[in-house]
Amino acid sequence: MSVFDSDVKDFEPKLEQRHQRGSIWRVVFLASTTVGIVVLAVLLLTIINDAFGYVAIENEIDPETLAQEGVLLEDLPREALIATLQENVSEGLFRRFEHDKPFGARTREEILALIRDDVIEPRVVAQWTLFESLFRRDMISQELAEDYPNSEVRFERWIDLDFVTTPQSADAMEAGVRTAIFGSLWTIAIAILFSFPVGVGAAIYLEEYAVDNVVNRVIQTNINNLAGVPSIIYGMLGLAIFVRALQPISSGAAFGYNEATANGRTVVSAGLTLGLLILPLVIINSQEAIRAVPNSLRSAAYGLGATRWQTVWHHVLPNAITGILTGAILAVSRAIGETAPLVVVGASTYITSDPSGPFSKFTTLPIQIYQWTTRPQDVFRNIAAAAIIVLLVLLLSLNATAVILRNRFSKRL
Amino acid sequence: MSHGQTSTSQNGKYAIEAEDLKVYYDDFLALKNVNLQIQRNRVTAIIGPSGCGKSTMLRAFNRMNELFRNAHTEGKVYFNGVNVYQSDVDPVEIRRRIGMVFQKPNPFPKSIYENVAWGARINGYKGNMDNLVHECLVQAALWDEVKDKLGQSGLSLSGGQQQRLCIARTIATKPEIILMDEPASALDPIATLRIEDLMRDLAEQYTIIVVTHNMQQAGRVSDFTAFFSIDEDDRAGMLIEYNPTKKMFSNPDNEITEDYITGRFG
Repeated sequence: MSVFDSDVKDFEPKLEQRHQRGSIWRVVFLASTTVGIVVLAVLLLTIINDAFGYVAIENEIDPETLAQEGVLLEDLPREALIATLQENVSEGLFRRFEHDKPFGARTREEILALIRDDVIEPRVVAQWTLFESLFRRDMISQELAEDYPNSEVRFERWIDLDFVTTPQSADAMEAGVRTAIFGSLWTIAIAILFSFPVGVGAAIYLEEYAVDNVVNRVIQTNINNLAGVPSIIYGMLGLAIFVRALQPISSGAAFGYNEATANGRTVVSAGLTLGLLILPLVIINSQEAIRAVPNSLRSAAYGLGATRWQTVWHHVLPNAITGILTGAILAVSRAIGETAPLVVVGASTYITSDPSGPFSKFTTLPIQIYQWTTRPQDVFRNIAAAAIIVLLVLLLSLNATAVILRNRFSKRL
Repeated sequence: MSHGQTSTSQNGKYAIEAEDLKVYYDDFLALKNVNLQIQRNRVTAIIGPSGCGKSTMLRAFNRMNELFRNAHTEGKVYFNGVNVYQSDVDPVEIRRRIGMVFQKPNPFPKSIYENVAWGARINGYKGNMDNLVHECLVQAALWDEVKDKLGQSGLSLSGGQQQRLCIARTIATKPEIILMDEPASALDPIATLRIEDLMRDLAEQYTIIVVTHNMQQAGRVSDFTAFFSIDEDDRAGMLIEYNPTKKMFSNPDNEITEDYITGRFG
């Protein structure tokens, strides 16, 4: 209640009620913010929960039985290792190893790795989440004792340097995401190279040159609608245009590049498809940024006898570049997480060689994650979680680069 | 209309001349049948109530109307004997030779030096740029205040200084005419007086046309005054009276002018 006496009639201030109504809305807004933050936190926690934890590993053959005269397997000399390998694998397999690379040329470590993979054959028989590993140790030991008495237990960080630097593998323990990281970087680079110049150019045309007539209004409406088209449709478009119709170009055959296996399902097809997908976003965001440049600046430039292009180049673009780059950041974030159109365009589900150029076959991080999550074995869930962390880190570092670029541009003004 | 009728402008008496000028915004007639001859090296004020087409008139001189709104212009504007609306005239050239200062100071978000130099540079100025910047800032009565900070942003200046920077920028392209659209309306009284003094000084070299809302200002700075008003029938702006300022403010020909000047309407 007011500390003053009522001074005029006709007004019924109801101060308390007005403030109260404000407080209610504040609580509502706070609640929606909280919901958002909680959901994000849960998401992150789930991923981290899966990316670390204890695993139980069972070996086909106990390494201890391979020890000779009290010398552990790891300490055996080369010849003894070759002999061990020969004793424990089929003759055919041994000959294939010899054929792939003569044993004379293999180092001791390589032979040891062969023994580990094909003789000892460690398998993950059970794994626990980070939460269980930290707080439910007794449950884990009980399960171990009951179900996996012969297993070896260790704490596994699914995401580590090895995971990032090794290529795809059928064995979850060995698999990495290097191929997928390079695939993602290649496709994103091509998508940006295509959509940024084209999108900004279109935005400049629509904002600075196009007159307000029916044709241009139809074009504008269509661009706005294209931004909302489901991404799978862009996948179909990419399949029809880049993979099929432009196959000689997208497979590199037109440039004398002969890798028959890709058939146009290449990095460049995927990159251009993603480029098309984000093109409307780039155009719309750039248009917003250009529109935000005050007309007084344009007037000033024209008033001095500048041509349209001089006005755009010297004043409109430098003042819009911050907004344009913000839009590009959003667009790239969208593109890097896209899965559906790349499935349609034909991302490889299993390749172990890094893309070597725009005409290579490719896979990307989201494709890899999708593949792994659909595997029946539990252990792939863990490496999928690890790959998600890699994807998020990649996304954040690309965004950070764009933010730094943006800040440098805006400081120059 | 033949070129023979433009003999008056070719003999150098008038800086610019409007003949039967009409400006439409889409279908709306904003300005009708204006005939106006602007005297060389004089300050001409354009006054009138809101919406009477003062700014439209001003922008018709250097073809700024066509830039942002759906405007089209009929009639003729003779500048050095040439109709600026003739199809072979490049408006870009017209705008260099007829400079413009706007209502709200609008320096570029660049250094003070660059603000002055830019217009000259894009128009292919070949002389010494440092000298030009110095000369223009001196002419705009800004040099002493900014000589130690030419590298600072033009936006760091006060409103009045910004407007003088805009004037310096305009004279850097060596125009013959300077159009000013209410150049002091966003400024405080002291900054306004400085701009007015500057206009008087600049009139020795340039022809100045200034739109103003402020009758006292028109009386103080101008040699000639054009009074525009709105036609009650079609809401179009029209020229009511054009006379030397002294006569206009003491003994106007037209009754409407007198009513407006004495504050009875508008």
